[in-house]
Amino acid sequence: MAALAGRRGADIGKLSTILLFLPPALLLFTLFVVLPVGEAAWYSGFNWNGFGSPTNWIGLDNYRFVFDNRAFGTAFKNNLLIIIVSLLIQLPLALSLAIILADRFRGAVVLRMVFFLPYILAEIATGLIFSFVYDGDYGLLAAIYKSFGAEAPHLLASPQTAFAAILVVVVWKYFGFHMMLFIAALQSLDRSMLEAARIDGASRWQSLRYVVIPALSPTIRLSAFFAIVGSLQLFDLVMPLTRGGPSDSSHTMVSFLYTFGITRMRVGFGSAVGVILFLICVVFAFTYKRWIMRDE
Amino acid sequence: MARFKRLLVSVATLAFGSGAALAQTTVKWLHIEANPVPVKIWEEVAREFEAKNPGVKIEMQYLENEAYKAKAPTLLQSKDRPHIIYSWAGGVLKSQVEAGVLEDITPAMQGYRDNLSASAVDAFTVNGRIYGVPYGVSQVGFMANKDLLGKAGVDAGKITSYDDFLDAVKKLKAAGITPLAVGGADKWPVHFYWTHLAVRLGGKAAMQAALKGQDGGFEGETFQKSGELFKQLVDLQPYQNGFLGFKSQQAIGHFGDGKAAMLLAISSFYHTQKVFAVDKAGVPDDKLAWINFPTVAGGKGQPSDTLGGINGWLITKGAPKEAVAFLKYFVNAEPQKRLAAGNFIVPVYKGAEAGLGSAFMRNIAQNIANSTYHQNFYDQDLGPSVGRVVNDATTEIAAGTMTPKQAAKAIQDAFRQGN
Repeated sequence: MAALAGRRGADIGKLSTILLFLPPALLLFTLFVVLPVGEAAWYSGFNWNGFGSPTNWIGLDNYRFVFDNRAFGTAFKNNLLIIIVSLLIQLPLALSLAIILADRFRGAVVLRMVFFLPYILAEIATGLIFSFVYDGDYGLLAAIYKSFGAEAPHLLASPQTAFAAILVVVVWKYFGFHMMLFIAALQSLDRSMLEAARIDGASRWQSLRYVVIPALSPTIRLSAFFAIVGSLQLFDLVMPLTRGGPSDSSHTMVSFLYTFGITRMRVGFGSAVGVILFLICVVFAFTYKRWIMRDE
Repeated sequence: MARFKRLLVSVATLAFGSGAALAQTTVKWLHIEANPVPVKIWEEVAREFEAKNPGVKIEMQYLENEAYKAKAPTLLQSKDRPHIIYSWAGGVLKSQVEAGVLEDITPAMQGYRDNLSASAVDAFTVNGRIYGVPYGVSQVGFMANKDLLGKAGVDAGKITSYDDFLDAVKKLKAAGITPLAVGGADKWPVHFYWTHLAVRLGGKAAMQAALKGQDGGFEGETFQKSGELFKQLVDLQPYQNGFLGFKSQQAIGHFGDGKAAMLLAISSFYHTQKVFAVDKAGVPDDKLAWINFPTVAGGKGQPSDTLGGINGWLITKGAPKEAVAFLKYFVNAEPQKRLAAGNFIVPVYKGAEAGLGSAFMRNIAQNIANSTYHQNFYDQDLGPSVGRVVNDATTEIAAGTMTPKQAAKAIQDAFRQGN
C-alpha cells in the first residue's frame, strides 16, 4: 500500500515535471519552427512578389518551376558534392590529424589552435579572404603562378573550376571543427584498452584499426551528421566567393533560394525551394537517426 | 522601444505646448552612390536645406548597388524604411507602386514638374500619378582609350557600324590588347550588349510589340538576331581573362587602369572609371573617347535612339512631407548645375545641362537631347524577375553556355510566367 502510494507520488511528480517544462519548449518550437515552415508552405502556393499579402494562388506550379530550373539541378548536385567531399576528404583528414594531435607532445596545443582557427573565422570574412587569394590578377595564387612564370587561372570565373574552389574552402574551414570533436573523443578513450592491445602485440596500425576507430564510432557518426546537415545549408561561403556564378555553376540550394527567390522578388518560388530543402533535411535527419545513430 | 520613445515625445509635446516648433523631423535618405565627390555635394545641399528649415534633419545612408536591389523589397515593407530611396524607374517602380509602398506625390509636383525634362518625369509616372522626382539621365555606349586604340591602328571616330566594331575588336586582339572589359559576375553589364543590339535592330516598335506578346514576344526575330550578333562578338573572345568573375566595379577599374581598350559603359562611368582605377586618375579626358553604340545593317532602330537610365528618387509611404520638400530643393537649378559642373550627371532640370563641365558629358547630353526614343535599361524596365532573367540569359550567351535561341526562349518564358 505504502509502495503503491509512493509509486503514484512518483507518477504525479513526473507528470508535473512534464506539465511544467513541456509547454514553454512546445510553445517556442511551435512559434519558431512549426509556424514559419507552415507559412513557407502556404506561400509556396502563390505567385507572389513579397509585397502586401499573397492573392494569386497557383497551386503546385512553383514546385514545377523549381524542378524545371536548370540551376536548381546544378545546386542540388553541388550540395551532394559537398556532402561527398565532406565525408570522403574532410572527415578522414580531421580524423588523421586528431590521432596525431591527441597525443601530448610539444606544440600539439598550438597546432590544434592553428587548425581550429579557420572555424572561428566568420564565413563571410572567409569568403572575402579567399576571393582575394583566388584573384587571378592580384591574388596569392596569382603570385605563386607568376613566380613560376605562368599565367594564373581565374578559378572563380570559370564554370569548370568555381565550385571546386569553393569545396577547397569548405574543407579548409570546417576540418578543424571535426578534428576538435575527434580529439575530445580520443582523450576520453579508455587507455587500458590500448595498453591491452599493445601487450597482445598489436601494431600501431592494428590498434588504430581495431581499437581506436571502433571506439570513436559514435563521434564519427555524429561528426558525419553535422557535416551533412551543414553541407545542405551552405550559403555564406558561396555568396562572397561567386554568388552562385559563373553561369549558375556554383549555387547551393540555399544560395539558389536566395538568388532566385529573394532578389528576384519571387517569394512564392523561394518558399517552394525552402520547403523542398526542409523536406530533404527532415527525411535525412530521421533516416540517419533511425539507421545510423540508433544505438545512442 | 521606438514606440515608447515616440510616446514620450508626444507626451512631452503635449506638456510643453510649443513642442511642434522644436520637434525634430528626420528625413532618411538611402542612396547607392559609391563616388564620394558628388555625395559631398549632396551633403552640402542637405545642410543648406536644414539651415533654411529649422527642425528638419536629412540623414544619408549608403548601400552598395546589388545589395540595395536585393534588400529593397523587405526594406520597403519594414516600419523603419527610409523616406527617400534611389530608383531606376521601370518595372521595379511599377511593382513597388502596385504594392502600395510608395507615396503619390502628384499634388506636390504641380508647377514644379514643368521645370524638369518631361520624359524624365514620365518615367516616374505610373497610371497618371507621380511617385518620384527624376534626378539624372544617362546613355549607354562605348568608352574607349584612344592610346590603346591607336596602338592597334583603330580610329574611334570611324566606328559607326557593328561590322566596324567587330573589325576594331579583331585588330585589337591582333595587337595583343584586350579589346573589352566587362563585369560578368554582376551580369547586368553584359545585358547591355544584347539589349542595345535589340534597340538598334528593332527600335521602339519591337520592344512595344514584345511587351504585348506580339511577333513572338522576346522569342521573336529581333531578339534572336540580337543574340546572334552578340554571339559573333563573343566568339572573338574580346573580354579580359576571367571576365565572368569580375564585378562591375572591378571591370570599370580594369578599363581605368588602361588594361582594356573599351568598355560598354553607362555615361556616368566617366567618373567611376577614375574612382576604381588604381591611381584614382583613370583614363584622362584627352585620351577618353565615346563611341555611340554602332548601327546594325538593316536595323529598324534610328541611329539616334538611345539606351540608358532615368534615375531618380522615390518617396516611400508615410514619409514626412519634408521629404518631398527636400527633393524639390535638391533637384533644382542650382544643385543640378553644381552637379553638372562636376560632370556627375546629365541633369533633368531644364537649362542645367548648359553647366556641364566637360566636352565628354556635353556630348552625352546632346545625344540624349537628340534622341527620339530613350529605352530604359531592360533589367529595370522589365521588372525584378524578368529583368534578372535577361541578365542571366545574356551572360550565358557570353559564357557560351546558352545559344541565342535558348536565351531568347528563357526570357520569353520568364515573361510569360509574368512574375
